[in-house]
Amino acid sequence: MTAGTASAGRSLRVAATERRAAFGAFLLTAPGLVFLGLLFAMPLIQLFALSVEGGTTEWYAKVFADGLYTTIFIRTFEIALFVTVTALLIGYPVAFFLATTTPTWRAIGFALVMLPFWTSVLVRTYAWMIILGRNGIVNRFLIDYGFIERPMTLLNTRFAVVLGMVHVMLPFMILPLYSAIVRVDPDLARAARGMGASRFQIFRRIYLPLTLHGIVAGVTLVFVVSLGFYITPALLGGGKVTMIAMVIEQQVREFLAWNFAGALSVVLLAITLVVFWLLNHWVARRVPPATGQGR
Amino acid sequence: MAARRRARRNPGRILLRTVAGAVFVFLMLPLVVVFPISFSAGSYLRFPPPGFSLQWYERYWNDPIWIDATIRSLQVGAATTVLALLIGIPLAFGLTRARFPARTAIEQSMSAPMIVPHIVLSIAIYGLFSHLGLIGEWYGIAIAHTVLALPFVVIVLVAGLRNFDVNLELAARGMGASRLTAIRRVTLPMVAPSVYSAAFLAFITSFDELVVAMFLSGANMTLPKKMFDNILTEIEPTVAAVSALKIMFIGLLLLLSLRFRKGSDTPMTH
Repeated sequence: MTAGTASAGRSLRVAATERRAAFGAFLLTAPGLVFLGLLFAMPLIQLFALSVEGGTTEWYAKVFADGLYTTIFIRTFEIALFVTVTALLIGYPVAFFLATTTPTWRAIGFALVMLPFWTSVLVRTYAWMIILGRNGIVNRFLIDYGFIERPMTLLNTRFAVVLGMVHVMLPFMILPLYSAIVRVDPDLARAARGMGASRFQIFRRIYLPLTLHGIVAGVTLVFVVSLGFYITPALLGGGKVTMIAMVIEQQVREFLAWNFAGALSVVLLAITLVVFWLLNHWVARRVPPATGQGR
Repeated sequence: MAARRRARRNPGRILLRTVAGAVFVFLMLPLVVVFPISFSAGSYLRFPPPGFSLQWYERYWNDPIWIDATIRSLQVGAATTVLALLIGIPLAFGLTRARFPARTAIEQSMSAPMIVPHIVLSIAIYGLFSHLGLIGEWYGIAIAHTVLALPFVVIVLVAGLRNFDVNLELAARGMGASRLTAIRRVTLPMVAPSVYSAAFLAFITSFDELVVAMFLSGANMTLPKKMFDNILTEIEPTVAAVSALKIMFIGLLLLLSLRFRKGSDTPMTH
């Protein structure tokens, strides 16, 4: 009887300690929550409020009625898609190389991926302007060696924008791909090879399904960030390739059109969240988290 | 070993290495190009540069607008780092040390600023700060940059704290250390590498950030804002010199943070 009461008392005490620990832990997160609430959630809600100020939906009507803005949204989507596919196609071999090479080459390869990653986007974009300009390195080289006679227009094109964006986003693609590929047991490929599978079959039947979660992680990150790009299209597009972020900036800074900029922002944010949710949802259904853990 | 040697010689492997090599060249090309241009003796952007000179570095060094922008960016970066760590460290402890309702939700919502397009967040904060009269104040930019840096800081610190064995801290407390002493003498030194990484990430996030600073800096430009304006309006290569300096500065910081990490990693290997 007394033993029972004692153990009940102890478990009550344990429960109380746990509750206190939980409360303490929650208190530690409080400054961060307040900070993000005031400086992240509240400004966004205010922006949303501006877009429907006075209970009108006219600003949203303007976004969709005017062919101009839907065109820019579609262009933004296309460029982001193109950047994502390119980054995946050239990023996968690099990640595969990094995951399967010797430690020395892996260290060198990682340095070559991370150094640009840490370099300012502005610096890199400026460098692309030097490379692609009318008197830039590419044109000089091609003219000096007689491939072309007059400089090609490389800068201020969609090509330049995509190239610059791929350069910025590539490390974001390579890193998740690398961590997925490195987990695949090379014995699986060896076994498949022994049983007569071709290189393509090994890729399609073993690596592709086992690294799908890495692919989706990279694709999500690159696509979602690409949708909101400002610096690279503003500089490499030279006013000829307009993406939606540039329109939002212009509406606020030049026209002080807060309501309309708010509506554009909400639409951009909604597209971003839908893409993010769809890709995550898709991968959660297709790829159980346990796959890809070869070792 | 034999299998590996054979693998290195097969045609698929050669193709893979060629593709990877080409991509590495693509990644490094813009970084390499900036240096020769920055030493150009010409008076405008030309490649190859007509001769060697330090004129663009001198122009940078002697222009108070450039120097002011640099100092302001360093100041904003340092303040962002301190603020992000002050908020991020307790946050990461809270998220890893105990279970409580909504913990997962809080942890997931921490990465929200990464998903929201910077332009959207920028004008949202711009709206708020113009009401508060914070436009043009360096600490306003630092506060806004902290919103962007916080997700990186929390992700890195949470990963570091999850790897840390809590029993070590409990052992210290069992031997009579107070809670704070145990954290200060045992936990923090062991998670120091993650703290350095987080600090580095926070600093870079702020130091390179343009879009938020474009709206908030007003007449008091940060370095990226000054660079952006220069690229748009000038054709002379002062920006190349600044870029070269920035690449070297980041390289130096990276080396330093690796050095720090190595130094504090040693106790962990025992």
